[in-house]
Amino acid sequence: MTLLSRFGRFWWDFVVGDDWLVAVLVVIAIGATAALATTSVAAWWLLPLAVPLVLWLSLRRAIRST
Amino acid sequence: MNTGDTFLFLSAFLASGVEFVEALTIVLAAGLARGWRSSLAGLGAATLVLAVVAAVLGPALTKIPLNGLRLVVGALLLIFGLQWLRKAILRASGYKALHDEDAIFAQELAEARGAEHVERAGVDWYGFTLAFKGVLLEGLEVVFIVLTFGSAQGSIPLAAAGAAAALLLVAGVGVAVRAPLARVPENAMKFAVGLMLTTFGVFWSVEGAGADWPGSDAAILGVLGFVGLSSFVLVRLLRRERRTQLRAAEARA
Repeated sequence: MTLLSRFGRFWWDFVVGDDWLVAVLVVIAIGATAALATTSVAAWWLLPLAVPLVLWLSLRRAIRST
Repeated sequence: MNTGDTFLFLSAFLASGVEFVEALTIVLAAGLARGWRSSLAGLGAATLVLAVVAAVLGPALTKIPLNGLRLVVGALLLIFGLQWLRKAILRASGYKALHDEDAIFAQELAEARGAEHVERAGVDWYGFTLAFKGVLLEGLEVVFIVLTFGSAQGSIPLAAAGAAAALLLVAGVGVAVRAPLARVPENAMKFAVGLMLTTFGVFWSVEGAGADWPGSDAAILGVLGFVGLSSFVLVRLLRRERRTQLRAAEARA
């Protein structure tokens, strides 16, 4: 493994961690919040609601893999 | 101190404290098995690297416009926090073994005692690299937390003060007892840190995305309560599911 790929791997593990799905869903949820914020509808509630949903999906994946 | 500042100090203190406890375990194992000279040299070298990283990144972060910074930092903290919470919920529900500082210390110590002695630059190389890598990895998390929390809340010094207070406490107790801090309620602390990282992540991501919170900074407490309640419900659900699985396995045996 080259130094560059090890460096990239380290930061991937450090930030994204064990489940990449969490990172993908968080980015989608933030994008949806930003889109909603451009309308006249309140957007603050969307991200808190996404938290238990993302956690539940990620926990199911972790349990299935054990 | 307002709600945001108090929360910032406590979050930095708790999150850094957990990392310092883990770093202390590694430094102690390296010191006892390979000699204090190499262990402390590794600790010193890692601290130097961390200081350089913080000195370069800290001022750079303050140059980024606050909304853009909060969006990026919020997203990173939310991803980070959800990973911590996920592990904490798996531990609390019995799907993952609890973090045991004594067992980790015993394993590190056994591996360090079994490694070959190679001397480089006047220090035992295994002891040096063990302490260096351990402190650098745990320390990077502390630097990340202090800089992201501090810059997004507009007070890096306050976040650094929280981390410094945790360092003094852990180092002081560590020097006094010269043993891993196994009696620190680390699993509960990790759960709390996961809750705080996720809460800050949600709060700043929403602000960075251009939305406003009802009640401004006070909304942090509402988010914390909601994330805490959701996590509690998930632990209960998974614990019940785990018990049913274990009973079914026992019945089959």
